[in-house]
Amino acid sequence: MGRAKTIARRTFLVGSVAVAGGVAFGVWRMRTPYDNPLMADLPEGAAALTPYVRITGDAITLITPRADVGQGAVSVQAMLIAEELDVDPAQVATEFGPPDRAYWNTALSDEAVPFRSTDKGWLAETARDVMDAPMKLLGMQITGGSTTVPDGYEKLRRAGAVARETLKAAAARLHGQSVDRLGTKGGAVILPDGTRLRYESLAAEAARTEPVTDVVLRDPSTWRLVGHKMQRVDIVAKSTGRQAYGIDEEQPGMLHAAIRLNPAQGAALRGLDASEAKAMRGVKKIVEMPGGVGVIADNTWRAMQAAQAIKCDWAPAPYPTGMEGHWQALAEGFTPERQDSRLRDDGDVEAALDRAADIDVEYRAPYLAHAPLEPLNATVRYTPERTDIWTGTQVPRFVQGNAAAITGQDADDVHVHVRVAGGSFGHRLEDAVVRHATHLAMAVPGRPVKLTYSREEDMGHEFPRQIAMARGRGRVSGGRVMAYDLGIAMPSIIASQMGRQAIPTPGPDLQIVAGAWDQPFAIPDYRVTGYRAPALAPVSSWRSVGASTNGFFHDCLLDELIHAAGADPLEERLRLCRHAPSRAVLEAVGEMSGWGGALNAGQGRGIGFCLSFGVPCAQVVEVRETGDGLRIARVWVAADVGRIVDPVNFEAQMQGGVAWGLGHAMHGALTYADGAVEQQNFDTFRSMRLRECPEIAVRGLETAGKIRGIGEPPVPPAAPALANAIFAATGQRLREMPFDREVAFVG
Amino acid sequence: MRLTVNGTEHTLDELEPEMPLLWTLRDVLGVHGPKYGCGIAQCGACTVHIDGQAVRSCQVPVGDVWGDVTTIEGLGTPGAPHPVQAAWIEAQVAQCGYCQSGQIMQAASLLAEVPEPSDAEIDDAMSGNLCRCGTYPRIRAAVKAAARAMREGT
Repeated sequence: MGRAKTIARRTFLVGSVAVAGGVAFGVWRMRTPYDNPLMADLPEGAAALTPYVRITGDAITLITPRADVGQGAVSVQAMLIAEELDVDPAQVATEFGPPDRAYWNTALSDEAVPFRSTDKGWLAETARDVMDAPMKLLGMQITGGSTTVPDGYEKLRRAGAVARETLKAAAARLHGQSVDRLGTKGGAVILPDGTRLRYESLAAEAARTEPVTDVVLRDPSTWRLVGHKMQRVDIVAKSTGRQAYGIDEEQPGMLHAAIRLNPAQGAALRGLDASEAKAMRGVKKIVEMPGGVGVIADNTWRAMQAAQAIKCDWAPAPYPTGMEGHWQALAEGFTPERQDSRLRDDGDVEAALDRAADIDVEYRAPYLAHAPLEPLNATVRYTPERTDIWTGTQVPRFVQGNAAAITGQDADDVHVHVRVAGGSFGHRLEDAVVRHATHLAMAVPGRPVKLTYSREEDMGHEFPRQIAMARGRGRVSGGRVMAYDLGIAMPSIIASQMGRQAIPTPGPDLQIVAGAWDQPFAIPDYRVTGYRAPALAPVSSWRSVGASTNGFFHDCLLDELIHAAGADPLEERLRLCRHAPSRAVLEAVGEMSGWGGALNAGQGRGIGFCLSFGVPCAQVVEVRETGDGLRIARVWVAADVGRIVDPVNFEAQMQGGVAWGLGHAMHGALTYADGAVEQQNFDTFRSMRLRECPEIAVRGLETAGKIRGIGEPPVPPAAPALANAIFAATGQRLREMPFDREVAFVG
Repeated sequence: MRLTVNGTEHTLDELEPEMPLLWTLRDVLGVHGPKYGCGIAQCGACTVHIDGQAVRSCQVPVGDVWGDVTTIEGLGTPGAPHPVQAAWIEAQVAQCGYCQSGQIMQAASLLAEVPEPSDAEIDDAMSGNLCRCGTYPRIRAAVKAAARAMREGT
């Protein structure tokens, strides 16, 4: 264990390098010799260091390499740097880093190893560390898996501390002072006589100063930013219409584009007639590309109108044309040949269930759109020498490599400028829009082209959340849950998603069982089996990934068994739970909601629980029958993320995650007919509206040890909590989402 | 064709009158506050005011615009925000923020008509504006805070 651990830790080496006009602090690339780098001698632009802090004569810039898709990543990353650097995050500039291997995301590997996040044994910890190496080799500068905070928690503070101490060393040398007599505050070094030396004024000297790397991070009890309420750095811009998103990109001489893709996603364009479109006003060019055709025009609306006027001959879908075929493929997936994993197999489930089970049920979860409100878009300028890309993306390095493959250039000649994104929920882990925009830009060298998907093209080519089916059985006895057997069949999300990046994904896909096999319960006979269904429609990571379906399956089956046993849903979960932080969140929602208190007729409460991304999250949902249908009246939610970095953002992510989980459980589905997605816009693809949104009371716990992200964990428990509440109120068990196919909601 | 946006008059003789106001603002005049989200009046991200009334600019042909247009940029500024914007800042409503220009324009129009809206009136007025991030609890709180501030300020 020791060696793997040491390697992982040492790769967090922070240093500095001279840049034009000043100095930058950041992490060194893996395998870069770092014991005596002659940093000041490195030619400009050749530095092997990728910065988190850049200080020049006129500005302090914090570089936040994880994309901001609305989850507050920029603010949180800036807060972590600023805590040690002693600057006010609101007073300094922030920017996303360029694609660079050094911005690897080590926290992602946690989800890639077959150990429960509650497993702190040496084998599990070693495996997580070893998994860091391939993450780095792939250069996975990825925003996802709720990893921004866990990944940056130490690195960003360390970068801030190294920068601060190096600035102090520079000031000490310039002014003939002893370093230990210097302080820092508000972006300045303070001399013993109170003189303030702005960091900017020290930039040139700091660039000539050996970086001070043996820093000790401050004790959490002294923090003035982390853990405290802070105004998001983007909140004023986003409240006054000043925030620019990718879709707002303006470049000199820019043209606008729209696209038509084969409604059968991934299938070919066999032929087209663009004669009418070519003659339309403002149209500059019609560009064929694999699977579709684009129109370049002088504004977006004209481009979209012209794209609609093209007559296309499409090849058929490579997957079943209607939903029956998709469900059939899943139903046929529960076979030994398709078994992908059986990571939970306690006791002897076969023996326990050899007679009739008390519960024997099937659950279903549909395809879902990510549908962030900003449609996919990318602006690309191609010249034979270099290509520039402006887009909101979670995978800048994939974008760079894939564009380079299309233009035939070296990746170093493709420059990706990451833009703020209007939501993602996993949608911007895919980069097809950039590939399409690159094809368009190559048709007009030197002219920037902004491609904006229509909502219909976006939703029709979603790479949606996986479809999934589960079969559950169990036995109860003496008021207790005694046997639990859950099988889950779905196509491999990871194989579909990474396959589009030509990255092999050997071994079992843990996402097929995430949120189910790894739950912290002890049931005498307890088994969770994953079955890999054949690839169907292309799928991708959707907020909380595998757990988005599996949390529903696992917790609903548990709830059904608890009711069959005649036990209390909260008490029996607590009795079965073997993980202290998980017990704590269950107890918290019990206390917050006054669980067990008397309810009126037509009211019902359900509990939902899921441990995902290392975070235990419990919810109590209260529903009420009204003359017009069911209303979700209130929700209580608690989660333990180890440490809450930003309390305002924590609450916002918890409420948003609950609304996301509930809204899609109530209304959301993408279905296929004739190979095409039937829901192409928000009139038919429905999610939560304001009038449906309940009061959501939030509590954060900080006992679980390792720091974790909160973007995804509130999602998985929402659907089962709602289903369990509807059962409590009406006696009706809902085993297929969306629930509005069987019950009416007030809307 | 003449179009007044945030107090500035523009002459747009080269445009098809059927071009939606949204795309005229965004691609012709470079006013990016109103957002494209659906194109069919289902999300409200494109909401602007025409003579103070909230409208979905994706559904209004530029040739049919009947009055002065105000966008989020004209409602207030970072230095001098409208009370609704100030309430949005104070409550830290935005996550991705993409829908919030439309939410704020909708809320400002509601409060201009109904200074003390009930919960049901807020639900009715605001439910056409979709937020995928789920900021609804904060939107509700910000609308009420803005209503209070506007009453106290007059």
